Parts: sequence; structure tokens; C-alpha cells
Amino acid sequence: MTNITTISSAVTASFLGSFVEVVEAFTIILAVGLSRSWRPAFVGTGLALAVLAALIIVLGPLLGQIPIELLQYVVGVLLILFGIRWLRKAILRASGYIALHDEAKAFAAETDALQRQASDRRADFLAGLTAFKAVLLEGVEVVFIVIAVGAGNGLLGYASLGAAAACVLVIVLGLVIHRPLSTVPENTLKFVVGLMLTSFGIFWTGEGLGAAWPGADLAILGIMVILAVVAFVAIRILRGTYAAKLEANTP
Amino acid sequence: MKVIRTAISEFLGLFIDDGSLALFVVILIALVTAAVKTSIVSPLLGGGSLLLGCVVLLIESLYRAAHKQR
Repeated sequence: MTNITTISSAVTASFLGSFVEVVEAFTIILAVGLSRSWRPAFVGTGLALAVLAALIIVLGPLLGQIPIELLQYVVGVLLILFGIRWLRKAILRASGYIALHDEAKAFAAETDALQRQASDRRADFLAGLTAFKAVLLEGVEVVFIVIAVGAGNGLLGYASLGAAAACVLVIVLGLVIHRPLSTVPENTLKFVVGLMLTSFGIFWTGEGLGAAWPGADLAILGIMVILAVVAFVAIRILRGTYAAKLEANTP
Repeated sequence: MKVIRTAISEFLGLFIDDGSLALFVVILIALVTAAVKTSIVSPLLGGGSLLLGCVVLLIESLYRAAHKQR
């Protein structure tokens, strides 16, 4: 059953998840473009997008051949693993145990690495390779997110729309401000996406096993609320233990 | 060969951060699936167990990560 809750959840999860990934890829492309030149940045990006397109063209039709219950089960399992990983990291970051991801820092590190390669004869090739790897890796995550949130309920079109909107938004923001998007609240986005993907995963794995969830698709929201409560309580407790740890270590 | 190895490790990295958490989640899903397929529990109870199990495993992983840093 597909209703507005499922569609909006799929679009939102796909948009937010893709947005985080595209911001990370954008930082690397920007570093390559500004510290080396735009040619390797665009060539690397273009090649990576071509590989991603080939992947989608080859794998996309295969999805239609898989029975829906098996697809929901497999995608559900992968979503739980993917989502719980993001959620765990976001909770540890929010409570202070792991440093927050900083796009400005990532940009500086990448620029530094590219400048160290500047005297190399293959500097353009290496810079292009850097852009290629970044776009391919983040792109694979975007493709996975789109398939994962869209394939289980026949919402691939809506999920793709969410991802495309994220790409367009990052490109527009990038063109306007012309520097790393370091003000994006990446951890909050990862927290929300982690919650959504884990919820989708549990819901679809259950559906794949034949569970008729109470409230049908609305059960996704119920699962999300339970996970959110657990996550907020965990952050609160961990912030306390982290502060106590800092205090104990202060001379 | 190195490229393929890197690609595989990057792909696995999408799903595995804390190895124990990923392993326990896979074991949990396998146990729930086996219990549902052998009719020990109903599919709905299986789904509920999955939710509860994921919550417990997440808390355990967070506790372990916080404890490791003390």
C-alpha cells in the first residue's frame, strides 16, 4: 500500500541522505577545482557519473525481476545495517564522543594533499582521480539510498526525485557561495536520516517476513518515534557521562 | 586487484562501522527470520522482536563506544 506518508517519508529520506553525500562530494570537487584546475575536477566528476549511470542502467532492470517480498527483506536488512551505523555515529557525535564532521576542515585537508602533489608530473591525473573517487563513492551511497528507500514500495521515481533535488540544491548553493558548505548541520541530517533508514529497514524486513504491521505504512512513523526517543535519551545520558569524563580529566 | 579490494572494502564500509554491532544485527535478523519461518513466532512478533533487538544492540554499541573512551 502506498500513501502520502510512505511517499513523503521516501522523498524526505532520499533527499536528506543524498544531500549529506552530495555536500561531501562537492567539498572534494571544489578543492580539486580551486587548488588545481576545473578541468580534472569536471573530467573526474563526469567519469564517475558515467560509471554510476552504467551501474543504474545495468542493475535497475534487475530489481524488477526480484519478488517484492524478497526485495523488501534484502533491502530491509541492508537498510538496518546502513541506518543504524549513521544513527550510532550521529548519537556519538551529538554527545561529544566523536568530533563533528567539518566540511571546512575536510576542504583544507584535501587542498593541502593536492598542493603537495602539485609538482608531480601526474598532478592533473591525480586531481581528476580524487574527484572521480569522491563522486563515485558518495554517488554509490546516493544510489543505494534511492534504491533502498524506493525499491521496497515501488517508489523509485519519488526517491530519485528526492536525490535529484538534493543534487540541484547543493549545486545551486555551491555556485552561489563558492566555498565548502560548512554551515550545513550535517550531524543533525545524518541523525534524522539514520532514524528514517533504520525505521524503513525494520519495517521492510518485517514485511518481507510477512508481518502485517498495525496501521500499515503508518507503522514506519511509530518505529521512527520509538527509535527517536531511545536516541534522544541516549544522547542525554552520554552527554552527561562525557561531561563527567572531561571534568575528571581536568587537572 | 587493489582497486577491486578497495571498492569492496568501501562498499562494506557503507554498512559496517562498529563490526560487532553489524555482526549482532545480522545474527538478530537471522534468528528472527528462523523463528518466523519455523512458525515459533508470528511474523508480527518477529517484526517487533527485530525493533526491540535493534534498540538493545544500538544501546549496547553506544555503551561500549563510550566505555572505551574512558
